[in-house]
Amino acid sequence: MKVLVPVKRVIDYNVKVRVKADQTGVDLANVKMSMNPFCEIAVEEAVRLKEKGVATEIVIVSIGPAQAQETIRTALAMGGDRGVLVTTDADPEPLAVAKLLAAVIAEEQPGLVLMGKQAIDGDNNAVGQMLSALLGWPQATYDSAIEISGSTAKVTREVDGGLQVLDVDLPAVITADLRLNEPRYASLPNIMKAKKKEIVSKTVADYGVDIAPRLKVLKVTEPAKRSAGIKVETAADLVSKLNTAGVL
Amino acid sequence: MAVLVVADNDNLVLRDGTHKTVTAALKLSGDVDVLVLGHGAKAVADAAAKISGVRKVLLADSDALGHGVAEAQADAILALAGGYDAILVSATAGGKNFAPRVAAKLDVAPISEIVEVVSGDTFVRPIYAGNALETVQSSDAKKVITVRPTAFAAAEEGGSAPVETVSGSDAAKTRFVSEEMVKSDRPELAAAKIVVSGGRAMGSAEEFQRVIEPLADKLGAAVGASRAAVDAGYAPNDYQVGQTGKVVAPALYVAIGISGAIQHLAGMKDSKIIVAINKDSDAPIFQVADFGLVADYKTAVPELMDALAAAGK
Repeated sequence: MKVLVPVKRVIDYNVKVRVKADQTGVDLANVKMSMNPFCEIAVEEAVRLKEKGVATEIVIVSIGPAQAQETIRTALAMGGDRGVLVTTDADPEPLAVAKLLAAVIAEEQPGLVLMGKQAIDGDNNAVGQMLSALLGWPQATYDSAIEISGSTAKVTREVDGGLQVLDVDLPAVITADLRLNEPRYASLPNIMKAKKKEIVSKTVADYGVDIAPRLKVLKVTEPAKRSAGIKVETAADLVSKLNTAGVL
Repeated sequence: MAVLVVADNDNLVLRDGTHKTVTAALKLSGDVDVLVLGHGAKAVADAAAKISGVRKVLLADSDALGHGVAEAQADAILALAGGYDAILVSATAGGKNFAPRVAAKLDVAPISEIVEVVSGDTFVRPIYAGNALETVQSSDAKKVITVRPTAFAAAEEGGSAPVETVSGSDAAKTRFVSEEMVKSDRPELAAAKIVVSGGRAMGSAEEFQRVIEPLADKLGAAVGASRAAVDAGYAPNDYQVGQTGKVVAPALYVAIGISGAIQHLAGMKDSKIIVAINKDSDAPIFQVADFGLVADYKTAVPELMDALAAAGK
């Protein structure tokens, strides 16, 4: 089975985010960029499926600037087989991303799409669900366990209040939650090998998808800062302060 | 302009997030209907009918809806979408699961996890784990919005809206197998007035239970955990407070052995009073705490239990 894994290049999750003074966005100049952590988990899961003999080929897809090629290379070094880069300097919204991915999927015809549940920049948590809706494929989001057997997948989902198990027909769109696995570090030989793997370059125009934004960003601001309070010396002191504050 | 609010419920109980989403909806329109998706959820619909400002309650019933299968939920909403200019959903794991599907089918941009309604087409939402706030204006005629419940006050009760039954829906390619819900007598994390959270300093699941749970029970609090503690297996993921877990805003948040990573702060910094107990006086959690106690939790928590007992708690 061919598995398609979309990945996104985002600000590294350890970098302190700074809002630009002109309120037009977040400062991304000279900032370390990495693969979105949830995408990494999805890549890892695809590689494990290949190691188990369930997946036969892993296609990594990224939509973004030319540098997103590095993100695809990282995924290829983890075990992806080849890449597709849809280059755009726009920052497409989830709806546009879902449409572009649907177009790539129409060409690639994978048996499964495995992707992160959300990107840590826009925090939309939407593309997987939207892609599933556009394709008419079952959706299985927020997964912490995936078991493929024949033409169905049994997934364990992290839901409000606990866990839920669903059985979905394949092809399906599956999104990874935090506890699905712990992604591997690519070894040096695999990083070298990844350099020779094929990445096909495409443009948005190749797919004829309208990616015009539907949301206009009026401004990006910093949230109100919470100021540090006081240090108390003892637990008894703390309880008396909380009593005074009326929260006990 | 009419607005449809999709109720947050578990077939038995109408969750508080619904009341808060109704508050956001009432900022858009006076014509607010509530849709209850569930199985045997008449009691939930009756509860929704009591929310002040609700015009009518619609109840859709099917097995798949009762199990929160997104395909069925989205179809039930889409069947009604024609009559509404905006569809508002609580930004819970369940709501975030089906709302984007509805948006995709309507060919509109979902507006995720809003924390403020600026006007009928303009909303504020957190991005980058809450490190920035984005004000967006939607050009779509119909809007699909998820609402962060902690950012809105709960709508009052006192209404008596009529309840109508609408048709349920099913999912052809997705089957519910089972669920395993965490059983607890404690209040629900997202709605609790007090939350006691433990971090990686606990060192083990046993220690987490030994230290955090008795304190939570003494305070009548819900139990939370940092992502680091969840990652390390000390606490279930359902306890996770933070950008990738639950966002909470209780009256009192007690962080024990939590350093205060950005992503954790994003999930609790709107709490009214924050207490931090940590032996590292440089821990970032102290920068947001109203009351900080620099101490090893191993001695501080028992002392806190004693002090609470002495204060009659």
